[in-house]
Amino acid sequence: MSSDPVPTYKKKDFSSGLEVRWCPGCGDYSILNAVQTAFAAMGVPRENFVIVSGIGCSSRFPYYMDTYGIHGVHGRAPTLATGIKLARPELDVWVVTGDGDGLAIGGNHLIHAMRRNVGLKILMFNNRIYGLTKGQYSPTSEQGKVTASTPLGSIDPPFQPLSVALGAGATFVARTADRFGKHLQEMIRRAACHRGAAFIEVLQNCNIFNNGAWGQITGKQERIDNVVYLEQGQPLRFGEEGRRALILEECGQPRAVEWNDGGDPRLIVHDETRPEPSMAFLLSHLAPPEFPLPLGVLRDVPAPAFEDLHHEQIRRAEQSESNDLAELLAGPSTWTIE
Amino acid sequence: MTSQSPSQGGTTPRQRVEAAIIRLAGDSGDGIQLTGSRMSETSALAGNDVATLPDYPAEIRAPAGTLPGVSGFQLQFASKSVLTPGDQADALVAFNPAALRVNLSGLKQGGILIVNSDAFDANNLRKAGYDHSPLEGHELEGFRVYPVGITSITRQALEQTDLSLRAKDRCKNFFALGMLYWLYSRPLEPTLEWLRRKFASQPELAEANEKVLRAGYNYAETARIFQTVYEVAHAPLPAGLYRSLDGNEAIALALAAVAHQSGLQVFLGSYPITPASTVLHRAGRLKAHGVATFQAEDEIAAVGAALGASFAGALGVTSTSGPGLALKGEMLGLAVMMELPLLVICVQRGGPSTGLPTKTEQADLDIALHGRHGECPMPVLAAASPGDCFHMVFEAARLAIRHMTPVILLSDGYIANGAEPFRVPAPEDLPPIPVHFHTDPETFRGAYVRDAATGARPWVRPGTPGLEHRVGGLEKDAQGAVSYDPENHEQMVRARAAKIEGIESDIPPASLEEGEAEDDLLIVGWGSTWGAITQATRELRQQGLKVSSLHLRYLQPLPGGLGEILEQHSGRILLPELNRGQLREVLSARYGVTIEGLQKVQGQPFRVSEIKARARKMLEETR
Repeated sequence: MSSDPVPTYKKKDFSSGLEVRWCPGCGDYSILNAVQTAFAAMGVPRENFVIVSGIGCSSRFPYYMDTYGIHGVHGRAPTLATGIKLARPELDVWVVTGDGDGLAIGGNHLIHAMRRNVGLKILMFNNRIYGLTKGQYSPTSEQGKVTASTPLGSIDPPFQPLSVALGAGATFVARTADRFGKHLQEMIRRAACHRGAAFIEVLQNCNIFNNGAWGQITGKQERIDNVVYLEQGQPLRFGEEGRRALILEECGQPRAVEWNDGGDPRLIVHDETRPEPSMAFLLSHLAPPEFPLPLGVLRDVPAPAFEDLHHEQIRRAEQSESNDLAELLAGPSTWTIE
Repeated sequence: MTSQSPSQGGTTPRQRVEAAIIRLAGDSGDGIQLTGSRMSETSALAGNDVATLPDYPAEIRAPAGTLPGVSGFQLQFASKSVLTPGDQADALVAFNPAALRVNLSGLKQGGILIVNSDAFDANNLRKAGYDHSPLEGHELEGFRVYPVGITSITRQALEQTDLSLRAKDRCKNFFALGMLYWLYSRPLEPTLEWLRRKFASQPELAEANEKVLRAGYNYAETARIFQTVYEVAHAPLPAGLYRSLDGNEAIALALAAVAHQSGLQVFLGSYPITPASTVLHRAGRLKAHGVATFQAEDEIAAVGAALGASFAGALGVTSTSGPGLALKGEMLGLAVMMELPLLVICVQRGGPSTGLPTKTEQADLDIALHGRHGECPMPVLAAASPGDCFHMVFEAARLAIRHMTPVILLSDGYIANGAEPFRVPAPEDLPPIPVHFHTDPETFRGAYVRDAATGARPWVRPGTPGLEHRVGGLEKDAQGAVSYDPENHEQMVRARAAKIEGIESDIPPASLEEGEAEDDLLIVGWGSTWGAITQATRELRQQGLKVSSLHLRYLQPLPGGLGEILEQHSGRILLPELNRGQLREVLSARYGVTIEGLQKVQGQPFRVSEIKARARKMLEETR
């Protein structure tokens, strides 16, 4: 590993130069742009980044980044990334996945990576559709979705990715969108600072198979009433000039009300550091039309990272046990034949 | 081969025998496996050659007293070289009627039969399907039957002990062990020492088991129930330091040796599966020796994490059995594409599906050789015996690193659980495993620019400045860029295959294990059938028959010179396999030779007699 001072990078230093082959107009371009910009500003040597992906449109991501990378097996990126992080905890290991890759075929690995709190930074591009296989419904598609594989509409209800992450015990959970470049960069920066697993859902448009998937969130007019930005210590205000706010009724039911200068004791004041995850879980379930969709950091709590515990056990064994190979191979009882 | 000697104490005659085969059988909660392994280790420490066959049901505690719940353990110890646990037993200990019923056919005529008479009550007899007690009928005529109230005497021995009745009854296996130790002139001390170690934190249990062990020994001596005491002298094993070792322990130890000799961190990603789980258990204790372990959420994650670790510059290893190998298949395709070292250890069991999970079989050869998508060759090796697992893991790791490829090593339930004396290698005698990480950007021409000698691509650790690169499932060109070019794909497919075929020059050529090139019959084997085949060949040769044997440890690529040897013997080749002829098909197709298969798929290893009988029949037919 280089001991030289970290060079000052520009965004283009993280571009592999490979021709990017996403469809023109794909939301992935702006995500790539944001990640390259954010990585350049992180102060981490470029050779210490490893980006691991599965299969799908999002998973072509590593090829476009001039870092170490693996384009892996469908749904299994967290497994490869876990091995890398355990073997080399000093590396910055990022996982890029999609709603199909991460929540359908790879759901098991995703939840276990978060349960263990492996220090992986997971970016899930959620476009609510299978793009690379030409437009089948995904585990985040709305019920009733008419697609190539569901001509009469899908009948299964969708996952909320952040609820899945929180249910699995994720210690850092955030949501942002492809169109909100600055916010996206800020979420990437925040995830990088978190020790342990960090999960970011990136709302992403597929202009070919699911155009306008998040139009009501990213549209200039629509977002006013449909997005609430989470800010630490601040009440959840949204709408034109922040005229509306979210409260929690005594029965535990959230409700959108008119803002009355903060006088309502039931106002939800955002605290991403709450150790207990139920408020974050509640936020993860809010969605239009009844509620605005929360964007920002839902949860950021400290917990031991899996790789730290893993190496702590190794260190303790190295300190307290013999590493004499001859002794090990002989075992507790031997005999000699002359 | 027996000789009388004056008996100690002047009463019970002592007889020296060359080999003894003991079978223990009881409920799966009776401690049969533990008793068997104590007897094995004691015999090994006494200088005998030893081979064992644990044979237990899939259920942890199958319904007590039933036929499917019977757990067995057979061992052979001898003053000569033994390669199998033996065919029929000289002595059988049956802890209940079901154990007797299941195992009686495995006892020689005239053999010693010790039964726990306390367990022969109406209920247990009914569960075993007896309408009367066999102890009172005629079916045990022809055996030397010793009914002993093992449960009641064990309880008496522990009368003064403050243990529950249940805990007392759990000591009864040590009563039988004590009797066997007297009958076969074995020392008690190794077992007593083991008890003190095992129950260091529960001295009351160590003490109770010691009491019962001594009680069994003394009972056999003072009650003078046996007419003869047997002695088995030292075996003429090659000089050296020895220990008793089973195949899975050998695998774990080899991982530590690989870490030591390569300087790499060994990273074992695994998911529990019978009969491979103990590899993970044992490797989990090797953290100070450079072996890290990770119990993954499933088989796919286990191999994925191992492959990720290899990408990061460790040696990734995963251990599994057939169903797990099937699940890992897609990731192995990626490993072949990424061309990274990876060790996949498959401890085979009876299949398909859950099949016979605690029994042995060699039916995963096809999936190991061919069971992946696309053109996906990788080296396949197979261990021949418990101790050979150590050497073959070492060899598999060497090939994986040198040739930058995943390697499959096949073991099976028989050698995984079976134990034998193992000559402990001195670390300084182990060959080094050279590792080269590419670090110089000036000389780096691309992720898939191959070494001229081996065809291996360079291994670069992430964190190396200036060598950032991407690998993955999509086809690449030599520089490592994604390529959809048809010519390039064909060239890369051929280059990956040529790399694996080229390993032929890095492994020993085929040679006869026993016998001469001009012999009338050649017995070919692979994997754990080595012991039975070698033993059968030696015995046939001792009888003057011209039989030779050849054993394959490398199944892909096959060793050089194999085709010539097989062609010389075409029509006079016997290939015993614990499957329906998987290797036979491979060799017949590849070399166009005629091979007769001897096939058995019963979850049990071959008996020496089965191989001898078929070999004799072939010799008669070709005469």
